[in-house]
Amino acid sequence: MKGITKKTGISVLSVATMGALLAGCGTANNSATGNTGNSAGGSGKSGSVEIFSWWTGVASSKALKQFFNIYEQKYPGVKVINAAVSGGAGSNAKAVLASRMEAGKPPATFQVHAGRGSLKSWVEAGDMTPLNSLYKQMGWDKVFPKSLLNLVTFNGKIYAVPVDMQRDNVLWYNTKIFKKYNLTPPSTFSEFFKDAKVLKSHGITPLALANHGNWETTILWSDVLLGTVGYTKYNELMTGKLAWNSPGVTKASQTFLKMLQYTNSDYNSLHWAQADGLVAKGKAAMNVQGDWAQGYFTTTAHLKPNVDFGWAPTPGTKGIFAAVSDVFGLPSKLKGQTKTNATNFLKVLGSAKGQKEFNTLKGTISPRLDAKPSDYNAYGQSAMKSYQHDKLVLTPGQGAVNPGFTTALENAMTQLISSKNVKGFESSLQSAAQQNPLK
Amino acid sequence: MKQTREGMDASAAAVTVPNRRPRIRTEKVWAMVTLIPSIILLGVFVYYFIFWTGYVSFTKWHSFIQNMHLNGFQNYVDIFKSFRFQSDLRNMVYFTAFFMIGTLVLGLFLALLVDQHIKAEGFFRSVFLYPMAISAAATGVIWSWLLNPNTGLNLILHAFGLHNVPKWYLSTRILPHLHIASINGGIPLAMFAVLIASIWQWSGFAMALYLAGLRAIPEEIKESARIDGARSIRMFWSILLPQLRPITTTAVVMLMASSLKVFDLLYAMTGPGANFVTDLPALNMFDTTFKGNQFAQGAAIATVLLVLVLIFIVPYLIGTLRKEDSK
Repeated sequence: MKGITKKTGISVLSVATMGALLAGCGTANNSATGNTGNSAGGSGKSGSVEIFSWWTGVASSKALKQFFNIYEQKYPGVKVINAAVSGGAGSNAKAVLASRMEAGKPPATFQVHAGRGSLKSWVEAGDMTPLNSLYKQMGWDKVFPKSLLNLVTFNGKIYAVPVDMQRDNVLWYNTKIFKKYNLTPPSTFSEFFKDAKVLKSHGITPLALANHGNWETTILWSDVLLGTVGYTKYNELMTGKLAWNSPGVTKASQTFLKMLQYTNSDYNSLHWAQADGLVAKGKAAMNVQGDWAQGYFTTTAHLKPNVDFGWAPTPGTKGIFAAVSDVFGLPSKLKGQTKTNATNFLKVLGSAKGQKEFNTLKGTISPRLDAKPSDYNAYGQSAMKSYQHDKLVLTPGQGAVNPGFTTALENAMTQLISSKNVKGFESSLQSAAQQNPLK
Repeated sequence: MKQTREGMDASAAAVTVPNRRPRIRTEKVWAMVTLIPSIILLGVFVYYFIFWTGYVSFTKWHSFIQNMHLNGFQNYVDIFKSFRFQSDLRNMVYFTAFFMIGTLVLGLFLALLVDQHIKAEGFFRSVFLYPMAISAAATGVIWSWLLNPNTGLNLILHAFGLHNVPKWYLSTRILPHLHIASINGGIPLAMFAVLIASIWQWSGFAMALYLAGLRAIPEEIKESARIDGARSIRMFWSILLPQLRPITTTAVVMLMASSLKVFDLLYAMTGPGANFVTDLPALNMFDTTFKGNQFAQGAAIATVLLVLVLIFIVPYLIGTLRKEDSK
């Protein structure tokens, strides 16, 4: 008996160790976020300000540097720490941020998308400080349009400073191909399919698509949804007032599946820029993508706006601007000098000078109403015009809704693409909306 | 059961053996003392965290607001119901099976080749072992280029006149059609692309283990087998392979561990893949926890992963210990 206990003792211990090490990856991740310490974070070294973002690409990190330069000139004693985390279109950074927030050690300020996604989650968790007084002090409540401020306001309080503006519902097209076949950029879905048939008959892929990151198809689908149900119903869906199995969603999903028949078949292996590359090289005629594609066309592919490539709102979305805005907030756990430094950094982030330097390098536009169109290229000017006049909406992939819902949507999308089962897709959305409240 | 003290762990023996000479007892005490720091570290950073994760998996923590209200088995019900997790389980079974067989066979084959006392043995050993030195993320990126159907390897196949080239990790085909719950239980063909990359990376490791094992077999045994007239194949099956069994045991446990927790390679190479044909639980857990903020569900996936590892490994270890005991 003794022998057995001894043996089992050893084996259980070694097995448990083994198991622990094996699952180490998983447990460590979870427990890092789970271990709450309520120590007064942020009261670290005074005289430094730590900026957290996922801007590690060439253009975006250069652009971010502009904010640092301006800040260092204004506040020479304070050291700026760039805490950017690369990879996964921000998901790696979000993981790091979540564990830091849980541990009570937030950065001075961090990047997040405007809207009811992560930003709202942080606000609800009580981790953010309202910025109303800062807005008043800086006069920002007049500088940013109300439609944008609505996207960073919860319970009447403003929680973040927008630094850039991107558009999600853009249809990019190859002007030479369109000219050659006498086509006009489609403004409705029936026009789209008419164009697509012509293009297909000439051996050109009508719509270039990428899905290597598993979010690109979600953008296309949500743009189709926006174009199908329109501004009001779209917002009702995003705020949980309308059911996800309502007829508009069905119709949009069917249209989306029909569009997939006109795409390149290898979309699962392509990154978004490669899909734009197909358009740039004339192998495909159109691509639905956020306006970061513009940077690819002009900088990487050396194409001229309006000459080599053109753009239009995606079918059915004229007059609506699907906004993707990076915003920065003030973590509530900051105290003393750290808090002052962080607030000063927010002032730079919101300033006209800072936003001009940043956005012109990054290829985005400044969300300030007093931004000068002449600072931007032809596309930027047209986007700015549309941003200042159109109705703003957010897309689920970019901060519009509860992150839990977005993840469920992306999972359901993966299934929809291969199974083409619209009913199953809708019921997974419906149950996701119940599990992850959108209200 | 008879107690055997020889060859046993010092600390364990100290616990159960009261009547020993004092000199040895102080040795044992010292052994215990030196073990304490690692026990404390393991206790906090492994066992406490396992307990915490397990606890979180039964709560309602579904957003940044920590909600520790108990939720029963609901999180487990939800993940087992989800199509993605069911696909993960299917993929995991096939991945682990093919990965272990592939790596062990290739590793043993390479070890036998290198063991022929060839001239540049050191060179070949390094060549085969180097893939281990590359991080899994880099391996994933490299292989995703090589196996991209429109570039990479397929261009070479085209050049050789092969036009019916595989779609590698883009293939969403699952063969054969074998429906289990809502998923197709066949083998996802795209998985083989990931398998190629992982086997490429790990076979050098298996080779190194086997090479050490082969060198440890006493020359006399081989010699006497040769005198008895054993030829290469007979020699391999009856002499080498049985002698290599302990090495195989070690390799299996370590490879099993690495295969169940595959994350970085997959993350860089294919992600979940179309219709989750290349998804594995670790990836799902990361997405669920950090993209979806579903902390409780992520913890449930982690816990299931841990339990699965235990299910696979416990019988194996107990078996091994029994065998050693009966010797």
